[in-house]
Amino acid sequence: MTDAIAPAFVATADLSSPEAVQRRKRRYAADLRLRIYGVAAIATAIGLLGVLLLTLVIGGYSAFVQTHARIDFAIPAEQVNPADPAKANWRAIVAQGLQAVLPEAGSPAAQRAMGQILTNNTQFIVRDAVLRNPSVIGGTLTLDVPVADPFDQLQKGVIRRDTPEENRRVSDQQIAWFDALATQGRISTPFNWGLIFNADSRFPELAGLSGAIVGSFYALLVCFVVSFPVGIAAAAYLEEFAPKNRWTDIIEVNINNLAAVPSIVFGLLGLAVFIQIFGLPRSAPIVGGLVLALMTLPTIIIVTRNALKAVPPSIREAALGMGASRHQMIMHHVLPLALPGILTGTIIGLAQALGETAPLLLVGMNAFITSPPGGIMEASTALPTQIYIWADSPERGFVARTSAGILVLLAFLLVMNAIAIFLRQRLERKW
Amino acid sequence: MAGYLFLAIIAFSLAAYFVGQSAGRKFVNAEGSAVHSLPGYHGAFVAIWVGLPALVLLLLWFAAQGSIVDGLMVAGLPADLTAGKSPAELSLLLSEIKNVAAGQVFSEPSPDVLAAAEALLRWREIAMWTLVVVVFAVMIIALIAARRFLAPRYRARNVVERIISGLMIACSIAAILTTIGIIVSLVYESFEFFRLVPLHEFLFGLRWEPQIAIREDQVAGAGAFGAVPVFAGTLLISAIAMAISIPVGLFTAVYLVEYASDGMRNVVKPILEILAGVPTVVYGFFAVLTVAPAIRQAGGLVGLGVSPNSALAAGLVMGVMIIPFVSSLSDDALKAVPRAMRDGSLAMGATRAETMTRVLLPAALPGIMGGVLLALSRAIGETMIVVMAAGLIASLTVNPIDSVTTVTVQIVTLLIGDTSFDSPKTLAAFALGLVLFLVTLGLNVLALSIVRKYREQYD
Repeated sequence: MTDAIAPAFVATADLSSPEAVQRRKRRYAADLRLRIYGVAAIATAIGLLGVLLLTLVIGGYSAFVQTHARIDFAIPAEQVNPADPAKANWRAIVAQGLQAVLPEAGSPAAQRAMGQILTNNTQFIVRDAVLRNPSVIGGTLTLDVPVADPFDQLQKGVIRRDTPEENRRVSDQQIAWFDALATQGRISTPFNWGLIFNADSRFPELAGLSGAIVGSFYALLVCFVVSFPVGIAAAAYLEEFAPKNRWTDIIEVNINNLAAVPSIVFGLLGLAVFIQIFGLPRSAPIVGGLVLALMTLPTIIIVTRNALKAVPPSIREAALGMGASRHQMIMHHVLPLALPGILTGTIIGLAQALGETAPLLLVGMNAFITSPPGGIMEASTALPTQIYIWADSPERGFVARTSAGILVLLAFLLVMNAIAIFLRQRLERKW
Repeated sequence: MAGYLFLAIIAFSLAAYFVGQSAGRKFVNAEGSAVHSLPGYHGAFVAIWVGLPALVLLLLWFAAQGSIVDGLMVAGLPADLTAGKSPAELSLLLSEIKNVAAGQVFSEPSPDVLAAAEALLRWREIAMWTLVVVVFAVMIIALIAARRFLAPRYRARNVVERIISGLMIACSIAAILTTIGIIVSLVYESFEFFRLVPLHEFLFGLRWEPQIAIREDQVAGAGAFGAVPVFAGTLLISAIAMAISIPVGLFTAVYLVEYASDGMRNVVKPILEILAGVPTVVYGFFAVLTVAPAIRQAGGLVGLGVSPNSALAAGLVMGVMIIPFVSSLSDDALKAVPRAMRDGSLAMGATRAETMTRVLLPAALPGIMGGVLLALSRAIGETMIVVMAAGLIASLTVNPIDSVTTVTVQIVTLLIGDTSFDSPKTLAAFALGLVLFLVTLGLNVLALSIVRKYREQYD
């Protein structure tokens, strides 16, 4: 019997035969192919992230500076009544200020064209500066005023001088005036603090994120105040006290499913329940925050349960053995030990909530609001919805502002995640 | 005002805590070890009895105050102002009065309205002060009553712990309440919708033109609510997204599990996490600003007229968004295959590619399928990318360079702007939301059950 099998066995084991070499080559080639596919897939993913970030930085960096023009505004006492400065004709004062540093404009149409160089709100900027400092009445007030968006784009090279005049949003005459200001050294491009400290505006050169940042802060505050204690209490109950029965099973399945419900459905819930039934104000951070809290709750419950599970049983047994009640064991020993893990998960959950847009659109946090909200009940926008509003705006200047707004949002997310990683590495104990 | 009242309740409970604690200390001094509970528990007992009823009262009061005050004010309106008016006109009048009361006056209001607004403010003031008096009365009574309960042998700790357990149970029920809230609100509004538009027309109709008139003076189409084109558009964009994300995500996972060195894994994984952490509104902006024009130009080069908001652009970017999702779930599934199976295959002389395709992938297939289903449910429910990059017009097509619309786009466009809760236009959004919720829920349940079953196989 063995004699019959042996020749065949030897034949297949001949590894140096041409067929075997061929076969091995093919198999190694297949191995290499899979490797290459893998590298290609990873390169695709990383490359796409790179393209995404690069387009944002290239598109957005120019919005971090803003072109300003330094104009000396004469504030004559006969035009501005010191008792009631707000009543004066500030538009005329602005026009005089421009004409003092530029060649005479002549016709009213030309004067209007000259006025368009500065932002539309220059008169209010000058008025507010005088109201803050009434001693300049009778003298001159020198201010760096943001120039209007087309001239900002001209300075940044987005609007090109070599395009024909009829295809360009600034006329040759206006460019000549602008260049005259530049040769007098009046044009400067400082860091655009307005991007962070101004509220939203119809005019790109004045639009900023402060309203959105404050709105997002209030919404996240509400979200944290609601979801953090409720989430910890729910997780502690489910992990430490709940009996294993059908009810707790239902709650568990339910929490897992809730984590995967599309965010827009939470928006519908907020609209139907918080606004329709409870009558909370539309667009207010409290509604947005409550909706975000409902979305963050499953995340917090899940991370808290994992953090509680990671505390070794010996700690619990030691506490119980010393005569602590179960509540005392959890409050005094288990929860404090699990807290770093819970905080890490909570911060990551809040970072997700900060980037969430769709539910906020449905509860109306995409309104046009020109001042930061004074509290959680006042209408406001949030950072991601502000980005959405700007992305929808037709003015050229808003394209760069949108990218810049996204960079600010990503910076906030980065900081939050960095804090979470820091907490995890510094405070979390390995048992 | 409500905020100050809230703070006052907190401060009063804190004071109550110290009252209880000092009582507890006195017991300890008088009786020593015969006291049942620590002083802190006596304090917590009093604080809970002072704070909890007051807070519940506060919430109930604010839930009821609005309608009661409105009712009192309406009852005080002159008869000729309310006579013969429909409920809609009455609610319009009511909101005008409220606006005047809030100081938002757009034109000269009539004297009746001004008087009513003043009455409204007066009633609100009365309600407010009544609330303050009632809350403080409740807190003081509770403080006295709870303090009288305290005794050296009183089991304050057990009571406090039982109340805390109750609160914890209430918190875990919050998750269930959320689900119930979602289902009830969606079903209720959808039911209203299906009274206006028959269910079969919604599910099987081929025309979707929801931009109908909300007020009578608006010019708009007659409207059609056949959602098939909307569902088809959602599926088209999701299919494109899956066609991108499944191969890229799966090959990434395969490489990371089988070939990558530790150093490479430590670099690639955080980068994928960044990709997952980018907010969707950012992807939407990327799709509109970069991807859509690029595809349009590429189409122009080969002579294709690509729509400016093509399904392809939205689908591609959505695919990028889902890559990390697919790769991390596949990674988990591949890692869950017992090491013995992998080592056995390698020991028999199989190459790593053969081990992967013949052993690991078949073994991990259920887990990967579960991950893919979860990713699909993510794609179907994704909103911002399609709101910004996909179209608004519902057209029934499978051509990826045409513009299509999705369920989520329609929900957002129907609910932004002019909304009134008795128009089929608004209610249609809730019907779409119900479909979206049910479909994603079905996919999630299916995916989780597949994953769980597969895990049990190897445990």
